[in-house]
Parts: sequence; structure tokens; C-alpha cells
Amino acid sequence: MQIKVNGEIQQVSEQINLTQLLNDNQVDNPDMVSVQVNGEFIAKEDYASTILSNGVEVDFLYFMGGGQ
Amino acid sequence: MIDFTEEQLERYSRHIILKDVGIQGQAKLLQAKVLIIGAGGLGAPIAFYLAAAGVGEIGIVDNDVVDLSNLQRQIIHFTADVDSPKVESAKAKMLAINPDIKVNTHSLFINHENVRELIRDYDFIVDGTDNFGTKFLINDACILENKPYSHGGILRFTGQTMTVEPKKSACYRCVFREPPPANSVPTCSQAGVLGAIAGMLGTMQATETLKWITGVGNLLTDQLLSFDAKTMDFRKVTLKRQHDCPVCGDDPLITEVSEAEVPLCDLKAKKG
Ligand SMILES: [Zn+2]
Repeated sequence: MQIKVNGEIQQVSEQINLTQLLNDNQVDNPDMVSVQVNGEFIAKEDYASTILSNGVEVDFLYFMGGGQ
Repeated sequence: MIDFTEEQLERYSRHIILKDVGIQGQAKLLQAKVLIIGAGGLGAPIAFYLAAAGVGEIGIVDNDVVDLSNLQRQIIHFTADVDSPKVESAKAKMLAINPDIKVNTHSLFINHENVRELIRDYDFIVDGTDNFGTKFLINDACILENKPYSHGGILRFTGQTMTVEPKKSACYRCVFREPPPANSVPTCSQAGVLGAIAGMLGTMQATETLKWITGVGNLLTDQLLSFDAKTMDFRKVTLKRQHDCPVCGDDPLITEVSEAEVPLCDLKAKKG
């Protein structure tokens, strides 16, 4: 099936969950990001139980702490 | 209404002929009070452009002295300024660009005890700090004091920014609930940053500040803009204010600012 990750179409397997998607996208540590699925934030403890369906839009929002 | 002098009309002529700014917009800039927190990579271009634009009163907060390793990106500080307080170095350059403005220096480390009082005197706040503890502190203080502000963060070749209008648009905590665990996300001093990235993001934050003051255009509210300079991909993600946000939500848990947890690595890296 197809989903959108950070605005780009990706082919993923059926029944993929958010934890697997993060792994597949080289987000090694879930603490680095905040995740929206179709514009709704998903709590970290729910990543593994969040099964993605065809056509969903997933956004990884990265922590960026620098400034100096 | 301000009476413009001949010199001001000349100095600000490129703003005044801009249809959306004009003499009224310039008058708003001259009457505005903006606080820049951090006189570093982001603070440098922000301070330069706000001073040049004639923002009437600009406060700048930083407790550090200029270090040689800062000069790669903190372009408001020069080689001769090494070991001088950053706020004094910044003030001298801002007044050299524009003696028409007032610059307040706050040579202190921003913390839960001083942040609310500090921001209270200003109309708009710009975050140019370098650690998550302080970024969350600024967010919470701005929500509690009802001060609009610009968030900015940079790392390696990337940057992100959003503008927050308290209780109207999504805040930093609506997006990122709490600071990440220590060492899960590197800081610039650990991971590095391309110097010009600070200029790219800082000028965006300065632009948002000028837009907020003059009322021109649409602010970067309810959106997180991020870019990756390696590909020059820019992206805006739409956000919405979260009803269960711990600070700006309907039933907030955070009603007072608390001590920021500054990871040890950030403290050690403070000079960097
Ligand atoms: Zn919020």
C-alpha cells in the first residue's frame, strides 16, 4: 500500500505500525521526533499499536535544539 | 503618530515605499519592543536585521562571553570581541548600524526565576537559545505572560521555526510535549552546524518579528517550517493547538514556570 511520509509517497507493507515505519525511515530513537498521523499527534506509548492504513499522511517533526 | 526626521525618512525609505509597510508600518517598528534571547548563531542575524529595521527598543539576553569557536556563525561578534560579554559586543554593532534605536543588555542566564519578569516589558520575544530546557521555559513563560514569540532551532544542516500566538495558535508544547531525554538529541556543540544555517533561520525569525509588528502577511502560526540545506527542501507542516496541551490547553497543568532541566552536556558545552 501507499502512504505519505513527510510529504513523499512511500510503498509500505500492509499492517505496518508506527514503530516499524520509524525504523524503516532511520529514526533510530523515537525520542528524536514527534509524530503526526493525518494531522493528529500520536503518543509515544501508542506507536507500536498504531497500524497505518492506505493513504495516511505521516509527519515526523524533529527536535532541533541548537541556536547558539 | 511619530514625526519622522529627514534622516529617518532617508534611512527607512525602502520600508516606507513598500506598499504593505509604509510610514505607518515604520512608525510601528520604531515604537516596538522586542526581546532576543541568546546573542549567538540565531541571535546575531536577528539582532542585525531588527536594529537595521529600526525596531525602537531591543533587549538582548546572554550571559556568555565571545569565544573563538563562536565566530564561525555568530556574525555579530568579531575577532577583537573574543572574551568580551556577548551582549556588549552585540549592542555595539547594533548601535553602529542604527544609532536611532535603544538597546537593553541583559547579561544573565535566563531561568525560571527571571524569565517572566524579563519578557513582561516586551511586545514580542525571539528564541535564539541553544538547549531544550530553555526553549520549553521560554514557551511556557510566553504562554503564561501572553507574549507572542518566534521559536527557532538549528542542527547540522537543518533548521525549524514556528511563530506562537498564545492561546490562539499551537505552541511548542502542543508539538513537543516535553524536552527529549538527555543525549537522545545532539546539540550543535556535539553534532556541529553549518554556520550559514544560523543565518538562514535567524533571518526567517527576524522576518516573522517584523511581520508581527507591522501586521503584514500571514504569520507562521499553526505551522512548523523546517528545511534541510543539503537538499534545499523546505517544508511546512500544519499544526493545531492541542486541547490537552499542558500549558496552553483547556485545563493546563503548567501554571508557573519551573526550573529547566539543563543536561550536563549542555552546561559543559555552554561555551561552545
Ligand atoms: Zn500548547
